[in-house]
Amino acid sequence: MMYKSWWKILASVLVLYTVVGGLLINVPTLPILHESIRNLYFHVPMWFSMIVIYTVSVVYSIKYLNSSNENHDLVAVESVNVGLIFGFVGLTSGMIWAKFTWGDYWPNDPKLNSAAIATLMYLAYVVLRSSIDEEQKRAKISAIYNIFAYPVMVVLLFVLPRLTDSLHPGNGGNPGFGTYDLDSNMRLVFYPAVIGWILISVWLMTIRYRIRILENKNNQIN
Amino acid sequence: MNLVTQIKYLLKKEILLEWRSKYALNGILLYVVSTVFVCYLSFKVTPPTVWNALFWIILLFAAINAIAKSFMQESKGRLLYYYQIASPQAIIIAKIIYNILLMILMATVALVFYSIVFTNDVGDIPLYFLAVILGAISFSTVFTMISAIASKANNNGTLMAILSFPVIIPLLILIIKLSKNAMDGLDRSVSYKEIGVLCAINAIVIVISLLLFPYLWRD
Repeated sequence: MMYKSWWKILASVLVLYTVVGGLLINVPTLPILHESIRNLYFHVPMWFSMIVIYTVSVVYSIKYLNSSNENHDLVAVESVNVGLIFGFVGLTSGMIWAKFTWGDYWPNDPKLNSAAIATLMYLAYVVLRSSIDEEQKRAKISAIYNIFAYPVMVVLLFVLPRLTDSLHPGNGGNPGFGTYDLDSNMRLVFYPAVIGWILISVWLMTIRYRIRILENKNNQIN
Repeated sequence: MNLVTQIKYLLKKEILLEWRSKYALNGILLYVVSTVFVCYLSFKVTPPTVWNALFWIILLFAAINAIAKSFMQESKGRLLYYYQIASPQAIIIAKIIYNILLMILMATVALVFYSIVFTNDVGDIPLYFLAVILGAISFSTVFTMISAIASKANNNGTLMAILSFPVIIPLLILIIKLSKNAMDGLDRSVSYKEIGVLCAINAIVIVISLLLFPYLWRD
């Protein structure tokens, strides 16, 4: 049991540590940000997890096209479902943070808009799936859309914000996190938070995947 | 037959079919002209930013309507026939090239009519025209593949719009920026970055379409 679930224990320990440590460990006092800088431990890992889990989804979509194995399609769709949850939490936590630091829930910022469009893209994937009844056809066509949309999402999230000015650090000539606001204390919480939340997202996906497999078994006529 | 001859024949067939009925061509041209006129009657005078954005929104919707048909109008039997005589790559390339030609024609007519109706000063007309050409090419490459996907799912127009908007928005942002640079008559070296990224995305989209279409057409 320990052998198989060590990474789940690691994920829980890391996330618990970042919740406690993130709220208690000293942070540098910076103008405008003040204590809200602690949101970094919760807001930014959401995006890391979302991108990792969408990448998992694309990898399994490619696998599905090569193998026509129904389980690969299940992994792909459940990854997108989990990615959407992380996307929404990331947007919400970012909006609240933006209200207190930049003064608006939705400041006109390329990163915000890109994240919202990426979320729309995957919502379209969900709608596409629900429009097709036949299972194999649904799996194949949605896998194709998933692979088609992924590179555009990468451009959207990583290339476009760098071409324009942004309020976010690390964009449009602003220095990145590492240069001045992330001191060694914060790194001690931030990196474990990223790893912890990525593991949690994979864990959530595997749980949903196993539920789907059980449902499929239940629905079969023997 | 090798790939190039196949593409040539398929392209010739697309143009010939269109030329015989002229339904799509006239329909789309009339659609663009009437939309421009509706916009003129509602806005009368526009500031430059609105002028630019409005033009691209008109083109976007016209492009979705024009290209959505590219796979939907083919009957099932005819598709089966193509699949026996041509390779999937030839079919998708021929469709993309045909859509590019159609879109360039449509965008040019729209631009000419739009600038006659709405008077506006464009600083760098050749660069603006280049932006329009690049926009037409981007719309064609993205929407051709999406229309192939949408035609396999229930064939409705809503799905086409839902699937294509998130994919086209990044390209549209770049195109609007490029054409705004052209309107303001900025030095051309400012726009090289946008042109480069646009060409790169188009190349990626075409390569992915070529890789994915063989999976899509086998039913």
